[in-house]
Amino acid sequence: MLILRCPYCGVDAEETDLAPGGEAHLTRHGPGSDDAEFRDYLFQRRNPRGVHFERWRHAFGCGKWFHAARCTQTLEVFGTYSAQCSEPPEEIMTAIRTRRPDWEMPA
Amino acid sequence: MKKYSVFSLAREALRYHSGWERAWASPDPKAEYDTIIVGAGGHGLATAYYLAKEHGITNVAVLEKGWLGGGNTGRNTTIIRSNYLQPESAAIYEKARGLYEGLSQELNFNIMFSPRGVMMLCQTQHELRAMQRTAHANRLAGIETEMVSPERVKEIVPIIEIDGPRFPVLGGLWQPRGGTARHDAVAWGYARGASARGVDIIQQCAVTGIDRDASGVTGVQTTRGPIRCKKLCIVVAGSSGVLADMAGFRLPVESVALQALVSEPVKPCMDCVVMANTVHGYMSQSDKGEMVIGGGADGFNNYTQRGSFQHLEETVRALIETFPMISRLKMLRHWGGIVDMTGDRSPIIGQTPVPGIFINCGWGTGGFKAIPGSGWATAEMLAKGTPGTLAAPFSLDRFTEGRMIDESVAAAVAH
Repeated sequence: MLILRCPYCGVDAEETDLAPGGEAHLTRHGPGSDDAEFRDYLFQRRNPRGVHFERWRHAFGCGKWFHAARCTQTLEVFGTYSAQCSEPPEEIMTAIRTRRPDWEMPA
Repeated sequence: MKKYSVFSLAREALRYHSGWERAWASPDPKAEYDTIIVGAGGHGLATAYYLAKEHGITNVAVLEKGWLGGGNTGRNTTIIRSNYLQPESAAIYEKARGLYEGLSQELNFNIMFSPRGVMMLCQTQHELRAMQRTAHANRLAGIETEMVSPERVKEIVPIIEIDGPRFPVLGGLWQPRGGTARHDAVAWGYARGASARGVDIIQQCAVTGIDRDASGVTGVQTTRGPIRCKKLCIVVAGSSGVLADMAGFRLPVESVALQALVSEPVKPCMDCVVMANTVHGYMSQSDKGEMVIGGGADGFNNYTQRGSFQHLEETVRALIETFPMISRLKMLRHWGGIVDMTGDRSPIIGQTPVPGIFINCGWGTGGFKAIPGSGWATAEMLAKGTPGTLAAPFSLDRFTEGRMIDESVAAAVAH
């Protein structure tokens, strides 16, 4: 079972306590954007086999949204971090690079 | 290809079965093909078969990283139905169901198609109304379905409990011509038919890169060396995102795990397929007597072909209320597959941003039932270079145009 540590309340939350929220750090396009930008925001996804950044909610705990870095191929968790950021913090990137030296942040 | 018949069976029985030939050839890859299909699952093999049969195009290779039919084709719960709400979906799924009816004869391979009927339960007022709407839409699309009363549901499925406290059965959408088929046999039958017509099926050959120049695709890099091609068709379900990444574009698709399980075998107790969409569970009985049970998909990206235990528990817990007798059954085995989910829960069949590369993906949790129709429509697209009437609505640009084929809520099925 997937276990993620909630960065707000510090609880090791089991999968049944969590609600998945899909890919993290999407650019939210608003009024004035063209069709392709809306498509990218609403539907287009990275869907990588490997390192992935996601949004999760500690639904049956403190109820707060947070971010997680996870490997979709091995189900390894690299760490969780605050929802109040638009890109992964340095310590998460370090944790990923330590375990996946060949990995590069996709453009 | 030697024809399978009662006479060939009798002949072989008299000579210790020494004369059977391999059902399909395993050639080494050639340096170049007109068309390469990536993925030897049901959809890829059906595409190759109809390319050869309907369009006479046989300089085709089907590349498979593992073994034939070892992905979702061998992992689904084998349900075949076409009672979809949207006309575009109804057209392609009904085409598939129609082809399934004559497939054993056409392929000379027993796919064990069993049109035993599919019962979709209505367990809330909302679901009842949604199914009534679907029944009307089906009638307009020429698909034979009918709404039946709870008493009729009980008559068709005697093991069901229709007066459950939380989810009583309020009615059902009954498709008598739906059913099940032997999933492996569908892949094997198409492989045999395609191979006999000259298509090269190359297993243990993973695509590691896609070569392209300014004018489009030129070939693929594989674990068995580079292969050149004029057209490339990606039919890899859960791995679609990985192949698209190699080709340099993104898809509106996410890969998640979907699980199924079977019980220990019991005597015949249910002779149709029952789908309980409100509680996320489907059940049918295999010819061996196992209760085949499918549930909902996980909510997060995953490529491991295994899912979460609590999803199995959720599925079984919900089904026990509707089918009290299964509470005493032991689980025999369970497994997972990686399904490719689109935003509107409808598939993608069409051209990609790279000229010469076509894609067939996004079937999500419901690809098996569509195999013949999907292969037929994809072959038409590959032969003509543009999608035909069946495939055209499922193009990739519908996500840019906002032209959704919304089956996520419309079909009232647990996707």
